[in-house]
Amino acid sequence: MSIEAYLFFLFALIAIASAVLMVMQRNPVMSALDLIANFFCIAALYLLLKAQFLAVIQIIVYTGAIMVLVLFVIMLLNLGDEKRLSEQFDMKKAIGSILVAGFLLEMLYLFGSSDESVAYANLHPESGNIGTVENIGGEFFRRFLLPFEIASLLLLAAIIGAVVLAKKRL
Amino acid sequence: MTIPLHYYLGLSAILFTVGVAGVLTRRNAIVVFMCIELMLNSVNLTLVAYSSFLGDVTGQILVFFVMAVAAAEAAVGLAIVIALFRNKQTVNIDEINILKW
Repeated sequence: MSIEAYLFFLFALIAIASAVLMVMQRNPVMSALDLIANFFCIAALYLLLKAQFLAVIQIIVYTGAIMVLVLFVIMLLNLGDEKRLSEQFDMKKAIGSILVAGFLLEMLYLFGSSDESVAYANLHPESGNIGTVENIGGEFFRRFLLPFEIASLLLLAAIIGAVVLAKKRL
Repeated sequence: MTIPLHYYLGLSAILFTVGVAGVLTRRNAIVVFMCIELMLNSVNLTLVAYSSFLGDVTGQILVFFVMAVAAAEAAVGLAIVIALFRNKQTVNIDEINILKW
């Protein structure tokens, strides 16, 4: 096995483990830290897929901005002191777990049985060139200029919406 | 051995399922919110994997838009959680049923 295969299995294992831990954790702060570990593993997998710029953006945006915001809100609401949420296992959750397990088996079966496993055994030979800042920036300002501007409008709307919602009184 | 595409698809399927399980079983609104972020990330991994295996940049562009929407969702969603906590003193999604009837 090559070093890339080892790295893939290492990061995949950590990603799955931290995701499962995130769901199992009682303390929301520990859940957030597990999710940050998961995001770092996904950034490493982006690097294995030769999407360098996305790997950096993943760390900056998700772990640097979104998860800091989540941790900030957890701190603000002081959830550590709140009495235990009633998280016992009941009938509703059992049915949900069975549905989820079926969903996973179906997806894995579909991915395993498709012909793509033969057709896409290796990365595209050009894949090293498409993930660069130059290429992605060029695409953004040529083919995807209108969606790019609409995304900025969406973020503006989100900023205004967040301020309006979190304010005590308008 | 190089990693074929369906390994990445399987990994993102597992991560997505863990996220779905979290949304269905957890009652803390912020943890549910983090599970949604996990599901968005697993779909991003699928998009990047296809982008690299097909040699097409469009998948990575789409990941940027998903990240922009996730950032907007994070800001608005956490603002809603704060507003709800101010009114009801809880983040348990079973007790937040003011839109139910």
